[in-house]
Amino acid sequence: MTTTEQNIDQILIPILEQVSDPEIPVLSIMDMGVVRTAVIENDIVKVQITPTYSGCPAMDVIGDDIKAALKAEGYKSEIELILAPAWTTDWITPRGRKALEDYGIAAPLSAEADISVLLEGKRLVKCTNCGSTNTRLVSQFGSTACKAQFQCDDCQEPFDYFKCLK
Amino acid sequence: MKNENLYKYILGIADNSLILGQRLGELTGHGPSLETDIACTNMSLDLFGQVRSYYQYAAKIAGDNRTEDDIAMLRKEREYVNVLLVEQPNTNFAYTMARQFLFDVYHLLFLQELQKSKDLTLSAIANKSIKEVSYHLRFSSDWIKRLGDGTEVSHQKMQDAIDGLWTYTDELFHQTEADIAMVSEVIGVDVTKLKEAYYNKVNAVLEESTLQIPESKWFQKGGKKGIHTEHLGYLLSDLQYMQRAYPNMEW
Repeated sequence: MTTTEQNIDQILIPILEQVSDPEIPVLSIMDMGVVRTAVIENDIVKVQITPTYSGCPAMDVIGDDIKAALKAEGYKSEIELILAPAWTTDWITPRGRKALEDYGIAAPLSAEADISVLLEGKRLVKCTNCGSTNTRLVSQFGSTACKAQFQCDDCQEPFDYFKCLK
Repeated sequence: MKNENLYKYILGIADNSLILGQRLGELTGHGPSLETDIACTNMSLDLFGQVRSYYQYAAKIAGDNRTEDDIAMLRKEREYVNVLLVEQPNTNFAYTMARQFLFDVYHLLFLQELQKSKDLTLSAIANKSIKEVSYHLRFSSDWIKRLGDGTEVSHQKMQDAIDGLWTYTDELFHQTEADIAMVSEVIGVDVTKLKEAYYNKVNAVLEESTLQIPESKWFQKGGKKGIHTEHLGYLLSDLQYMQRAYPNMEW
């Protein structure tokens, strides 16, 4: 339980990759890193998922969507929500980061850079529209718990930044 | 109940987050600006998420048919054991931020210790919550500074808020019987040991914000024993309305 390793049965990966985060539909839950375990035991798929933020309202939907996707492939499943080890933005895969950027959400910076943009007003977050880093923080909180609001001062595009969580 | 002290101990932690989360949630659509409105409801959501983990665990320990919702929605006023600080109303934005700040400083110190708990569920919840609460504290500290070291009017409003809420801070460090029992089992946090670090941190931010540290030595207490200020009853009538009007309703 305390390991940061994932334990996912190879044959389940294509099924789980079809399930997306309901609030960020371009991002599969596999690329998000929220699936920690998926193994078949006695014909039942045991899945462990971990929330990005404690109050993330997407977790119930993700659990239901996983069940439905597995059922469509003929599997029964049990979903368990686990808290340890706590989720971190480091678990978002490179493909996941690219999907976020394409969707218009800037991917998380390193922990140090994250603090300097959120607290010290540094201009490091890349605009998802024009690529400029001449961007400023509008609000430390955004439309979901995991995001902050930014605006580009070059092209004026308002966009979300996925906050670093470690 | 076999583990009654642990059950009570969990409620002592979780009720603070539930009531503060409800207060922040009242600002949904009513914040002073869109960004602060969203910030307050984001923090509310984090707190409710943490509360669910605590109450689910408490329900499991109770071992009867009660659920997290029963614990959250169906107790009487005297059965809530949150500190008086968190039930204080959103008098104005300075009060909302001062209340948040005075609680966040405590909350973070508390969770840092709870992480070391021998109880693996509590330590996991603490570990998860710390990341969220550190962010809350940064946000509320920032507003203490912006308003405290802002205009003459904002400074006065923040000073009034700090003066008004100061009387509720000492209660954070009072131990209940469940506290003492859980500390002896290396499950709970000895809150009396957090007091010095708390006031050091709070005073440093107040000084940086050009605010006076209140001198009053008289403090209110009672919340941890279920003796609340007049405000909690109104809050609960809102919080519990749906479950009382439509018993057992679910989403």
